[in-house]
Amino acid sequence: MLEVEALNTFYGRAHILRDVALTVGGNEVVALLGRNGAGKSTTMKSIMGLARPRSGRVVFDGADIAGAPPFRICRQGLGYVPEDRRVFAALTVEENLEVGRRPPREDAPQFPIDALYQLFPNLAERRRQAAGRLSGGEQQMLTIARTLMGNPRLLLLDEPSEGIAPRIVEELAGVIAGLKRQGLAVLLSEQNLHFARLVSDRAVIIEKGEVRFAGPFATLEANPEIAQAYLVV
Amino acid sequence: MSFYFAQLLTGLANASSLFLIASGLSIIFGVTRVVNFAHGSLYMLGAYLSYTLITTLDLGILGFWGSVVAAAAIVAVIGGAIEVLVLRRIYRSPELFQLVATFGVVLIVQDVALAIWGPADMLGPRAPGLSRAVRIFGEPIPQYDLALIVIGPLVLGLILLLFNRTRWGILVRAATEDRAMVGALGVNQRFLFTSAFMVGSFLAGLGGALQVPRESVSLLMDMSIIGEAFVVVVIGGMGSVTGAFAAAIIISVANAFGVLVFPQISMVLPFLVMAVVLVVRPYGLFGTAASAHGGATVPEAPLRPLSKVGIVVATALFAFLLAAPAQDDTFILVLLTDVLIAMLFAASLHFLMGIGGMVSFGHAAYFGLGAYAAAIAVRDLGLPMLPAMVFGPVMAALGALVFGWFCVRLSGVYLAMLTLAAAQILWGVTFQWQWLTGGDDGILGIWPARWASGNATFYYLALAICGGALVLIRQLAHSPFGFVLRGGRDSPVRAEAIGIDLRAHQWLGFTIAGAFAGVAGVVFVFSKGSVFPETLAIGHSIDGLIMVLLGGVQALAGPLVGAAAFVLIEDWVTRLEYWRFIFGAIILVIVLVAPDGIAGGLGRLWRLVRPARAAA
Repeated sequence: MLEVEALNTFYGRAHILRDVALTVGGNEVVALLGRNGAGKSTTMKSIMGLARPRSGRVVFDGADIAGAPPFRICRQGLGYVPEDRRVFAALTVEENLEVGRRPPREDAPQFPIDALYQLFPNLAERRRQAAGRLSGGEQQMLTIARTLMGNPRLLLLDEPSEGIAPRIVEELAGVIAGLKRQGLAVLLSEQNLHFARLVSDRAVIIEKGEVRFAGPFATLEANPEIAQAYLVV
Repeated sequence: MSFYFAQLLTGLANASSLFLIASGLSIIFGVTRVVNFAHGSLYMLGAYLSYTLITTLDLGILGFWGSVVAAAAIVAVIGGAIEVLVLRRIYRSPELFQLVATFGVVLIVQDVALAIWGPADMLGPRAPGLSRAVRIFGEPIPQYDLALIVIGPLVLGLILLLFNRTRWGILVRAATEDRAMVGALGVNQRFLFTSAFMVGSFLAGLGGALQVPRESVSLLMDMSIIGEAFVVVVIGGMGSVTGAFAAAIIISVANAFGVLVFPQISMVLPFLVMAVVLVVRPYGLFGTAASAHGGATVPEAPLRPLSKVGIVVATALFAFLLAAPAQDDTFILVLLTDVLIAMLFAASLHFLMGIGGMVSFGHAAYFGLGAYAAAIAVRDLGLPMLPAMVFGPVMAALGALVFGWFCVRLSGVYLAMLTLAAAQILWGVTFQWQWLTGGDDGILGIWPARWASGNATFYYLALAICGGALVLIRQLAHSPFGFVLRGGRDSPVRAEAIGIDLRAHQWLGFTIAGAFAGVAGVVFVFSKGSVFPETLAIGHSIDGLIMVLLGGVQALAGPLVGAAAFVLIEDWVTRLEYWRFIFGAIILVIVLVAPDGIAGGLGRLWRLVRPARAAA
């Protein structure tokens, strides 16, 4: 469904991503693992068009979307959940969801607003509160719900477990599993190996902007030195 | 008692018209982060258009209100065209480029209005059905004022409905917080920006159209309203419509009563209120920290000492300037003196904004302060030329020391606005303080000492002073003090984390920049023999910004190239009819073609021609 080939991204003169390649199949959850500053978020942003790749291809459903403006990429069916949450603090929960709303599409699972409130009951309770006054975990749920309002086919989830209470992280694992059951594909960036293994089908490890490993978690478990070299264990 | 009530109503009526223009300005800033100087022009166009519609249609009550709305709608379309043709292309440029581009639009609109409607002021008809006055507590109140008092809150209510109850409004508010995120959620920002610009323009046009029965329509409407509109937007908090409403009422009512106590205060009062509010609440009454900073910032290339080529060019230039009197052409020497003064003025502004990261919309204040101080020293203290030339910059530095203390407490657009307020206060004082400054008549007859009165001698004196100051500024930029300022510009938090008292350094930087502007001012006053309030006016501050931006912010040589280009272009263009149009068009072309300025554009061209060398 998503194929990234030889992606190179620069910030100014700094070469951040070096020939990054990865794939996500339809209805697959892939974990993009790596330490702080390894290039996970830049990969996500480059796919979404928020960072402009200098070269390489991002093929989504057969079309090369590399370099397209983010709103077009979103309309293709890619949903982006940013790492630092970025809720619209002065807007209410309901208004935040409204910003994300897109017309339903036939080829993607539908997320009507009532279904989202069922999935995230906390948000339903606070629908008229300003998003800036929610807790960190609730804000994370809100950004996911906001992106789901666009009925994406593939979700880019950037470090959703970062800075969130362990109990909420468990809840998050349940949510991701549920999204997969409904037919969504997910690219999940994570530092937390245990959380990633819980919800993902495959792993891609990135370090210093280069992909160092791609394969099933079983391989990672059989060769613990890989995780030791590239991840915080 | 009843008199004061009448005065309050007048204040509220003024508040309504001020609110209309300020709310549009605030909406445009909130969404696009553009400080739109052309907003006053849109207001003026609204007034002219509704004047024409009302007087040609002459259809009674319905015709009047229909004309007002139609004029506003036409202005909305014009605003949309400005956004699509100009601003859309430069959203990624530094915010000052957008400012200068909108100033180019101001110049163009002025001449277009002159060509269509002529130079004479036009007094519109009274509003049909509202042309008389009613007595309230015995005082006559114009019915039209009462109508305005109703219209203001009505429009506020409609804007709030639009913002809170429609998808468009929610998207606009979201974009005001985080534009990139809104784009990633599938919203086409182009559409959002253009529509927000049109709504803002509509409000400006409406404000202008509603003024027709109250004041005569003139070509001065644009600049006379824009300063006050900025003040209202800043006091309210940039991007906040409710804040703009509150601020408009505060300013207008304070003005209505202020003039009773101290009639001359109306020019200065709004800016005084703004200075006080910003010191207490740095982001305005309803603003947030997020609203202080504008568009994309591009990481700057580090400054480098002069390369061999640079040294050759500088030496050649200096040799040319040294040899210039050999021509014995008074005109050329006067023009070159103007260029030198402009170069120093621009370089001092560049030191403040390029090195110090503090953008000033009011740098002319210190230029004018230096010029006035020197002139007064000669006239009243009887100082000879040279001591007066020292006295001027000292006073300019003192002024910058005082205003800088307030300004360095802020950052981004708010800092820029406070510098504008400071300059407006000084301008107002110069204008009003007749016995000291001569007011509008200025101070005349300040000529160089006899030994320096020869054309060539004075030219060499100007060259020595301005050249020396320019070298000093360059040395400062490359000194540890310059490193601290640049570090603070790029990351205030990190600079303070390594133990730098950034605010103190910025304060000192502000003062030094003011002093150098004062040096330019004293050379100016002795070369012209006179000084007028215009030297401190907004227009002169903007001239400085245009010089810096023409040359390019990111190079020390930028302001020199920009100042020279500015003076030469101005000298040529002002002799033509409709020179504002031509000048505005030149500005727009440069901004659109070379968003990094003339020096930056030439540099890019150079790298294109010699790619191998750049890579090495």
